[in-house]
Amino acid sequence: MDTTVTTGTEGKTWGGGNQPLGASYGKLMMWFFIVSDALTFSGFLAAYGFSRFKFIDAWPIADEVFTHVPFLHGQELPMIYVAFMTFILIMSSVTMVLAVDAGHNMNQKKVILYMFLTIIGGAIFVGSQAWEWATFIKGDYGAIETKGGNILQFGQYVEVDGQEKFKRVALADFAIAQEGDRVRHERKNGLWFQSEGSLPTYTVNEVIAGFEANPDLQIRTQIINEEGEKTVLSRSESVKQLKANGVGVVEGANLRVNEYGSPLFADFFFFITGFHGFHVFSGVVINIIIFFNVILGTYERRGSYEMVEKVGLYWHFVDLVWVFVFTFFYLV
Amino acid sequence: MGATAEAHLHDDHEVHHHKETFVTKYIFSQDHKMIAKQYLITGVLVMGIIGIFMSLMIRMQIAWPEQPNVLFETFLGKWAPGGVMDADIYLALVTIHGTLMVFFVLTAGLSGTFSNLLIPLQIGARDMASGFLNMISYWLFFISCVVMIASFFVEMGPAAAGWTIYPPLSALEMAQPGSGLGMTLWLVSMAIFIASSLLGSLNYIVTVINLRTKGMSMTRLPLTIWAFFVTAVIGVISFPVLLSAALLLIMDRSFGTSFFLSDIFIQGEVLHYQGGSPVLFEHLFWFLGHPEVYIVLLPALGITSEIIATNSRKPIFGYRAMVASILAIAFLSTIVWGHHMFISGMNPFLGSVFTFTTLLIAIPSAVKAFNYITTLWKGNLQMNPAMLFSIGLVSTFITGGLTGIILGDSALDINVHDTYFVVAHFHLVMGISALYGVFAGIYHWFPRMYGRMMNKNLGYLHFWVTAICAYGVFFPMHFIGMAGLPRRYYTNSNFPLFDDTTNTQAVITMFAIIGGTIQLVFLYNFIHSVFYGKKAEQNPWRSNTLEWTAPVEHIHGNWPGALPTVYRWSYDYSKPGHDEDFVPQNVPLKEGEEELQH
Repeated sequence: MDTTVTTGTEGKTWGGGNQPLGASYGKLMMWFFIVSDALTFSGFLAAYGFSRFKFIDAWPIADEVFTHVPFLHGQELPMIYVAFMTFILIMSSVTMVLAVDAGHNMNQKKVILYMFLTIIGGAIFVGSQAWEWATFIKGDYGAIETKGGNILQFGQYVEVDGQEKFKRVALADFAIAQEGDRVRHERKNGLWFQSEGSLPTYTVNEVIAGFEANPDLQIRTQIINEEGEKTVLSRSESVKQLKANGVGVVEGANLRVNEYGSPLFADFFFFITGFHGFHVFSGVVINIIIFFNVILGTYERRGSYEMVEKVGLYWHFVDLVWVFVFTFFYLV
Repeated sequence: MGATAEAHLHDDHEVHHHKETFVTKYIFSQDHKMIAKQYLITGVLVMGIIGIFMSLMIRMQIAWPEQPNVLFETFLGKWAPGGVMDADIYLALVTIHGTLMVFFVLTAGLSGTFSNLLIPLQIGARDMASGFLNMISYWLFFISCVVMIASFFVEMGPAAAGWTIYPPLSALEMAQPGSGLGMTLWLVSMAIFIASSLLGSLNYIVTVINLRTKGMSMTRLPLTIWAFFVTAVIGVISFPVLLSAALLLIMDRSFGTSFFLSDIFIQGEVLHYQGGSPVLFEHLFWFLGHPEVYIVLLPALGITSEIIATNSRKPIFGYRAMVASILAIAFLSTIVWGHHMFISGMNPFLGSVFTFTTLLIAIPSAVKAFNYITTLWKGNLQMNPAMLFSIGLVSTFITGGLTGIILGDSALDINVHDTYFVVAHFHLVMGISALYGVFAGIYHWFPRMYGRMMNKNLGYLHFWVTAICAYGVFFPMHFIGMAGLPRRYYTNSNFPLFDDTTNTQAVITMFAIIGGTIQLVFLYNFIHSVFYGKKAEQNPWRSNTLEWTAPVEHIHGNWPGALPTVYRWSYDYSKPGHDEDFVPQNVPLKEGEEELQH
């Protein structure tokens, strides 16, 4: 049996027309669903804004976090990769428009082609996001966490084109390995019901030893100074801070710690891009279903490609949300 | 275009020769009238009885704290050793009572019953836009009910952080017994509930926009439909924000994020949470929480508009003002949430902004109250139970609304925040008012649903006892609130300061017990009338709206022949030049008759 049992108005007139906004009820439902979903995202983004404003002077700088591009190791290329992702997603919106347009002209072949391209675009985006996550989780230089939960990063001043620039140094480049007795707590070597995540590669003492052995190294804190850059401590101040407050080594980012700064940055990044990625993923799945319906000629027989238009609305919405996520996480 | 063509196909072929089995007719029904009855029975009757019974247990504990009670021993079992209620289960009862009444009874029960029943019937549609989604919506609601009730049967008991589930109580499993599995079940249940509510609301909105019959322009819609329509829009706007809050809370609970948590110490041990803020949760929650009040109230106001006009035999006073005030309330409801948070540590300047927007709501609310009174003024009043409950609603809407002005003002609110004053305020203005709306609606549309009349005399008894007890419960609460008695406390006997309130508490509880028990009369009346009530006429209240032109029998598609055409608004009562004192909407204008300007 068909999904809707009874619908419909009779005749074409009440007060002015059968479909007041020129839209069928299905399309209107999609619009109102989009309104509702948009409010969910607004809730998340407002929460993000609220939390970020709370740490306005210590929030990680996106240009320093998202610098990686596949196959170009060791180069700092902020925003290049995410620009590529955004471009792909927006292009998939363009192909979706073309599919909807081809549907209006009842051109099955073109609908198939453009739906296919849209699905590919969506898949590339989701894949790219997986890589972006993996890179973010793996981390970059490593850092030390303080008692108060702040992050201390390492680096040194080097001369680039006649200017002093602070260049980050990875923990692996200076930490001095020592024999330690701390082993990873697993179920087999401790209490049977407890285990912990993998331990960092280095301990705080190893980092301190390495830091003392390299007199050029300095510490950079989370605090953003008047020039909009993170504050770098003097050498003596650095040593003092490290010895007095350093409690743990942080490598990469997860829901609990974040080597780039506030853990909330990572929490929101994972949650909001994850929630958006989930939307893209479901969009791809829905697109695939519709794609097969198009191939099977369902809409050709129905005499209307309205379903393509409805999933198109959803797809554009997901793109639009990404524009906001992109703006708030990467650009500002 | 395709969808329209399809709809016509349905119209021609399926509507009249639709075979139904028991399962498709009564269980997985896609017919809006049956779904309305399902909502009525699950949402209003079953969940309502559970919710009211919980409130009685709460009241007994407050009035006679820590005294053995056979009810507690029977129903609470291990949580009431020797019949003395445990403090943890008291908090759980308060939490689940609030959740059930606000969400399950007065949101899903009220909207689910009357929007489903009346939207297609009053706008002249065959059914909801999507009967399938409507069915899914009901069954999701049913599942969420089951999950919520199931939380009473888990080891550590149900959620006990209050219906507002503020973190950290709700976020940390070790915070209190109910913060464990009970809280998880609460969140799961609410997530399902939000999905159900979303599907229902989408259906209501597009049905009202797209499926009105010929001649039913927006300005001819009965006010019930306007209220249901705007309610659904508010739902679509505000529930998703609760969903975002709930998802973030689930992340905090189970995945170690710190959205709402910071600097937590438990027994000297520092937890890893850093940087989050519980105030953020309050903002997100109350962005839903305040519109939720109007999601509960507006349908009841819509029902009242219809019933008061019908039973005053007068056109509703100020139709356009009524529509405008519904829209104004809907808009304002989304920008006032901060008045729940005056003492949360929010910026006081923000508090004054929220005070301003909150007090603005008094204007459209007063418009509605005055329009009801002016509609009643010099009317030919038909005092049937539905009418009494509607007038009762106007009464509690005013008395509860007046204390809202006090609570909306941050300077005054700070003094009575989280006291029984607040409890009295919101129970009167949204709890009792909306319940009166439910009762009025049931008494009024019972003949339409079951083809029989409910017993009038039992209805009178039900109303008068309920009305006296409602004021008997909530009126004294204002005073003990102003005396400073905080809400939600398990017992106040440890504070000599509050000794003076003990007797008042006992009186309140007695009223509550009588008022709660009298609902059994209603229940008896309802069930008895379903089977043995007097057969109803086609249009027992001599009402104008379209639902009374459709046959009572369960017809898929509502009208056996063509859909009725609408020629006038629904409030042509006592119109000069007509023999009867009502003119149904499907009666064409007489020669020379002018449509009322409204």
